[in-house]
Amino acid sequence: MEAIKTKIEVTEKERLPVVSEREAVFEARDLAVYYGDQRAIDGVNLDIYQRLITAIIGPSGCGKSTFLRTLNRMNDLVPAARLTGQLRYRGIDLYGPGVDAVEVRRRVGMVFQKPNPFHSSIYDNVAYGLRILGMKKDLDERVEKALRAAALWDEVKDRLKDSALGLSGGQQQRLCIARAIAVEPEVVLFDEPASALDPISTSAIEDLMHELKRDYTLVIVTHNMQQAARVADMTAFFGLDVSPDGNRQGVLVEYDETEKIFTNPSDKRTEGYVTGRFG
Amino acid sequence: MDKKSVLERTRGRLDRIGDPALKAITFAAAALAVTVLGLIAFELVRGSRLAFHRFGLGFVTSQTWDAIHNQFGALSLIFGTAVTSILAIAIATPLAIAIALFLTELAPKPVRALLGALVEMLAAIPSVILGLWGILVLGPFVQNQLEPFLNSTLGFLPFFRGPHSGTGILTAILILTIMVVPIVASVTRELFATVPPELREGALALGATRWEMVRGVLLPAARPGIFAAVALGFGRAVGEAMAVLMVIGSQIGIHLSLFAHSDTLAARIAGQYNGSSTNLQTSSLVYLATILLVISLAVNIGAQLLIKPIDRRPRRRRIALDRAFEAQGLSAD
Repeated sequence: MEAIKTKIEVTEKERLPVVSEREAVFEARDLAVYYGDQRAIDGVNLDIYQRLITAIIGPSGCGKSTFLRTLNRMNDLVPAARLTGQLRYRGIDLYGPGVDAVEVRRRVGMVFQKPNPFHSSIYDNVAYGLRILGMKKDLDERVEKALRAAALWDEVKDRLKDSALGLSGGQQQRLCIARAIAVEPEVVLFDEPASALDPISTSAIEDLMHELKRDYTLVIVTHNMQQAARVADMTAFFGLDVSPDGNRQGVLVEYDETEKIFTNPSDKRTEGYVTGRFG
Repeated sequence: MDKKSVLERTRGRLDRIGDPALKAITFAAAALAVTVLGLIAFELVRGSRLAFHRFGLGFVTSQTWDAIHNQFGALSLIFGTAVTSILAIAIATPLAIAIALFLTELAPKPVRALLGALVEMLAAIPSVILGLWGILVLGPFVQNQLEPFLNSTLGFLPFFRGPHSGTGILTAILILTIMVVPIVASVTRELFATVPPELREGALALGATRWEMVRGVLLPAARPGIFAAVALGFGRAVGEAMAVLMVIGSQIGIHLSLFAHSDTLAARIAGQYNGSSTNLQTSSLVYLATILLVISLAVNIGAQLLIKPIDRRPRRRRIALDRAFEAQGLSAD
């Protein structure tokens, strides 16, 4: 198909702050993640900057999601997962002693690939996190604010008590975004948030990400390079590497401003991937 | 080759029997199930006609069961059935949910498989063996330990007074609890297992603790199914004859005390049918069976009505529901 080989258009965005003015939220240093004996990612050095959208792209199995899930310690739920190297969040070692994963997750929210609304009303879905975190004051206002921020308010304001499962897939995903931002996290992680949605819903989610960027730091894993080019300020390309011992692991190949990654990558592997020659 | 010949039948006649045959066989099977239920109901009504002509609906509200004077009534048995099954399911439900939670959410993987198999095995114990165990082990324990303890701690309540004995309502409740727990637990476990992992992750990603996730997400998602599981267990408790017959003491009468002898519909039918001395007594026992069938069907239908309005969209858990209920109306669309 023609489209595969054509260059990807990078959407014009506001000027990025120069490197020295960017503030790092996450700093990964020589980060490696293991599932049992299997090394999933290795040697990742990467800074994620405040109030920018960072996209993580790469072929299947290159550890994109694994990396994303280290950022809110969701990998803790996998019994055999362990981590070496360092990951700092605002200067604090995220995996250091005394750091509570539950506390991490309230600051670093997450939106999943498949919309996963709870089996309750639209209102209760958004209020869930607020309630468990004790943010019960002005609950109605907070729920409304989150739904507005997720561009869902107008569609659901008259049926807040209806089951969330009656919403369309795209609405459910925006509900999940509302749920994540209701608890006022600093970072929101998106794990292929639009891969289960139709193009119109996808576009709604992407517009929403641009809006959310004003208040939140966003990280998005995506298979869709056009999507990365459309939404992201910074793009990290992960590739697959086979080490001498035969282990296949994900490595960070290149990390730069999105424009550069898609128009003038420094690494041949990145170029091959973004132009559709491999992967 | 003209167009028509391309579309002409090429396969043999036998190949074409498949579809109508499938339809006929499956329809016959479904019809058989309905027919059997109808025949049973018909037979029960016919068999209880004699008692119905004699006692009418007053049978249901009369306490007497006197074979010598030919006076029969079901109230005391309905009471015994209700008390034993309701209390058994009340004790069993939280226990079963706890077991299911432990098995799906908390236990390490190897423990899950082993313990899960053991719990299911508990359901495989023939009820007569449980009854025997009730007589030999549980009864003496109830008489010598449990009843004195309940009497000394909660004796101010009328439920825990009276002479201690190993046979009676309390022992029957405990035996029924043991029978019902594995049923409810295994169905509930299936339900929890079918709750998508993304839901759990969604809650945890919001900063929920495991308990908050269970309470706020897992239990609500499984709730309609848990209703079904409880109804299933309740139906089992209501209908259990043998184990109850062996431990309940087979006495007519309505007592507040849980230590008292009592009897249930199912146990009375099983216990007296063969030794029945008059046609009227036999007919009265069939009348009891009719009442039992009505109660069981009512529980079943009531549970389905409870579930249906809630169970509109989520499809996955219907699989477990179907398994639990073998209901035709709940098919995943």
